[in-house]
Amino acid sequence: MNRLGSRRTQAPLPHCGRGWLACQGEPGEGNPASAARALTPTLSPGGGEGVFRNHTRRAVSAKALLLAAVIFILTGLVPAAAMTIQPVSGASGVEAWLVEDHSVPVVTIRFAFLGGAALDPAGKGGTASMVASLLDEGAGPYDHAEFHRRLDDLAGQLRFSVAQDGFEGSLRSLKENLSDAADLLRLALAEPRFAPDAVERIRAETLAGLARQAKNPRSLSGRLWMYDAFEAHPYGSGIDGTEASVAAITRDDLARFAAERFHRAGLTIGIVGDIDKTEAAALLDRVFGGLPLGADDSQIAEAKPLDDGALVVSRAAVPQSVVTFGQIGPKRDDPAWYAAYVLNDILGGSGFRGRLMKEIREKRGLAYGVTTQLVPYRYAGLIVGSVATENGRVGESIALVREEWQRMREEGPTAAELEDAKTYLTGSFPLGLDSTQHIAAVLVQMQQDKLGIDYLDRRAGLIGGVTLDEARAVAKKMFDPAALSFAVVGDPADVKPTRPPKQQKF
Amino acid sequence: MILTAVVIGLAPQAVAQRFGAESFTLANGLQVVVIPNHRAPAVTQMVWYKTGAADDPRGKSGIAHFLEHLMFKGTRANPGGAFSTLIAQNGGRDNAFTTEDYTVFHETVAKDRLDLVMRLEADRMTGLVLDDAAVLPERDVILEERRMRIDNEPSALLREQLTAGLFLNASYHNPTIGWEHEMRGLGTADALAFYRDWYAPNNAVLIVAGDVETAEVRALAERHFGPLAARPVPPRIRLDEPPHHASIRLEMKSTRVAQPSWRRVYLAPSYRAGETRHAYALQVLAEMLAGSADSRLNQALVLDKGLALKVGAGYAPSAIGLAEFGVYATPKPGVAITDLEAAVDAELHRILEQGVEPDEVTRAAKRMQATSIYSQDSLSGPANIIGTALATGRSLDDVAVWPPRVGAVTAADIQAAARAVLVERNSATGILLPERTS
Repeated sequence: MNRLGSRRTQAPLPHCGRGWLACQGEPGEGNPASAARALTPTLSPGGGEGVFRNHTRRAVSAKALLLAAVIFILTGLVPAAAMTIQPVSGASGVEAWLVEDHSVPVVTIRFAFLGGAALDPAGKGGTASMVASLLDEGAGPYDHAEFHRRLDDLAGQLRFSVAQDGFEGSLRSLKENLSDAADLLRLALAEPRFAPDAVERIRAETLAGLARQAKNPRSLSGRLWMYDAFEAHPYGSGIDGTEASVAAITRDDLARFAAERFHRAGLTIGIVGDIDKTEAAALLDRVFGGLPLGADDSQIAEAKPLDDGALVVSRAAVPQSVVTFGQIGPKRDDPAWYAAYVLNDILGGSGFRGRLMKEIREKRGLAYGVTTQLVPYRYAGLIVGSVATENGRVGESIALVREEWQRMREEGPTAAELEDAKTYLTGSFPLGLDSTQHIAAVLVQMQQDKLGIDYLDRRAGLIGGVTLDEARAVAKKMFDPAALSFAVVGDPADVKPTRPPKQQKF
Repeated sequence: MILTAVVIGLAPQAVAQRFGAESFTLANGLQVVVIPNHRAPAVTQMVWYKTGAADDPRGKSGIAHFLEHLMFKGTRANPGGAFSTLIAQNGGRDNAFTTEDYTVFHETVAKDRLDLVMRLEADRMTGLVLDDAAVLPERDVILEERRMRIDNEPSALLREQLTAGLFLNASYHNPTIGWEHEMRGLGTADALAFYRDWYAPNNAVLIVAGDVETAEVRALAERHFGPLAARPVPPRIRLDEPPHHASIRLEMKSTRVAQPSWRRVYLAPSYRAGETRHAYALQVLAEMLAGSADSRLNQALVLDKGLALKVGAGYAPSAIGLAEFGVYATPKPGVAITDLEAAVDAELHRILEQGVEPDEVTRAAKRMQATSIYSQDSLSGPANIIGTALATGRSLDDVAVWPPRVGAVTAADIQAAARAVLVERNSATGILLPERTS
């Protein structure tokens, strides 16, 4: 069905900094589809009934463009009674966090290996991404057809995806099919085939995706911004690589990536649903017990984004210019994180909360949405946003972003804004914990960020404890209009570039 | 199969409701559905108005969607942006969406805030206040929304035109967001007229999903929505199609297109219009064509012949008027669109002539039924399924029998449905091609 949201904001970027589920945005039903009747693969309000069929399982890949939820930020006041997180470990020593919920006969297991696209071999960008697409294309005794036939008949939902810093996967299964589906997951991780015909098929698909991104103003704007910020550092390159790098990837590269990355050191796992502790322990052994122990070898160089306050333009024959903007922000372990998190919501929160939404959308009708997000990579932190405005008026939107950046630096938030943001961020978080998939994503993220198993009990206090003085001090330090850079794709009428983009073509 | 026969044979009131849904209707005609879900101390409230873009008056395309935006502009009791501000200040989320047939407003809040969101929704069901100061900037917002979703996306532009080509006369001819030149002319009076016509308790369904009990919802609904008076609402007219005598073929070239793509849509029955008996078989057919790796189109075009990078098939049966059945494919680089199209046609003809295997049908139906269980793995899944049904003239009983009805579809049903629907003259084909910049 044709479905238009009234004001779900979109803040798309081609780089999903973190997990792929996060990249999908918020729960599917809430996301606006494009205005295509029936033929939009993303969603149908009817759930499983009459949705678009497309077996392509890459639909959720890291290529999905939403930065909006890139940052699956954990903030939440979850009443202990509602959700108890238990540590669980198998006989093999593999550990996970578990949330039991026996109300629906469904189980989700989600996991992340340390190290993702940023570890692609030099000149072979896109390796991790191709691995993610190929793991379910045949493994162990099963060729592509047999693997999928089994998975489809089990109605298992198996997904793999790549972020810059991690390689993630998840399996959602009906309880009754869990052990058989888990065997397929084990095979995919331990014995992927990387059959030559599958490799070529996925290579062609990846190249096609790159060509699409290069023409898409949203993707292109994000890529231009990220390349300008990071250049040669892996974060500057798209997760899918380039035409040349994807062409250079061999089967050995793919097999080596899988062999090197899929080990137990740094592996984080969340299990949620109709499963008890004993069953979960057995599941851990079954799926991950056979993986090598390994060691954390996922370090890369710390990145210092260039934030020179540039404005770059890439001309494209479209009626609406798409703008990505941002600067350096905090990493997740920064002591200023919670203050920055609240400030980000006050400036660029979705709905009608953010100052940018009020100034740009509500008062002036300059855009459908404008939001900002903290993007905490492991080796760099950003605050990034996007806005799209017709070519003739996009200069106004850019000027307003600059003004608000300046105002936040000078004045910080008001006491009322701070309280409202804290209330929203603490109150709304647990509302999203309604599905096994969302909860499992939170469990993995909490472990990756080393927040502690009691984090959800402490979260409201961490956010609520941000004082006005602290918020103002962090705002003064963080928001720097001189460092705020813009990448514009479109045919803007009233915007002057300060220099050319560092790379024009992707 | 036995189970199916039993369920269908039962009197409707004896059908066990899917998702544990309970329903009652207030004296003013507001239907209320409660879907208990005690996983988390949260509730989702949705108000589904039985009106959408297909009810836009002639020359006013986009007004249903525009009004949906304007519903956040305030009432006498809660002026300006108070609606969303109050919800956010209570830690809740709210949003809305519009389709051809219905318009939906929804909020998710902690369960002890249900009273608040119900009061707010009841207030704006009849209390909306609009003036040009609020309306005109929002018109710029929907124009930007159109640019973002449609005008900046060649494939969306082509799809929009393809739909208009397929529905020569039916009410789904116009895009939900509206044609730009008509959107520019929409104003306060148009929005208020549409509001007065369609927004009434007797033309809405209230759904509350989450950590609540029916008695509690009933009391709150009586308190907040009960005092609103029922009003006459126009009939929802869904115009029919004249016979189509020629298929439609559209070709679009754009420098903004990276790769060619091909799609075809056929006029199709829905649950409510046309030869409705095919509605279940068509859902299974779409799943069999492209819902799995070894589905017919994927197997033939992507895996065996290497002609396509991607294939898909789609059918949404919930339209009040006629629906569409769609197929699409993206060719592998170097493959001519005509070769791709011929290969798709060969697969479709094989079904028309030779039918399908019973085993294929059973496997597809099982996969679809599994989605019914997965849909319970969220607050909004069941609410969306039920809301869609009730807002398009179907009942909770119809929702309840979906799994067995899907399971009852036979190979013969699918061949019959394919023969009825996959008719060339009832189709529109869209081809999107890159245009080389010189």
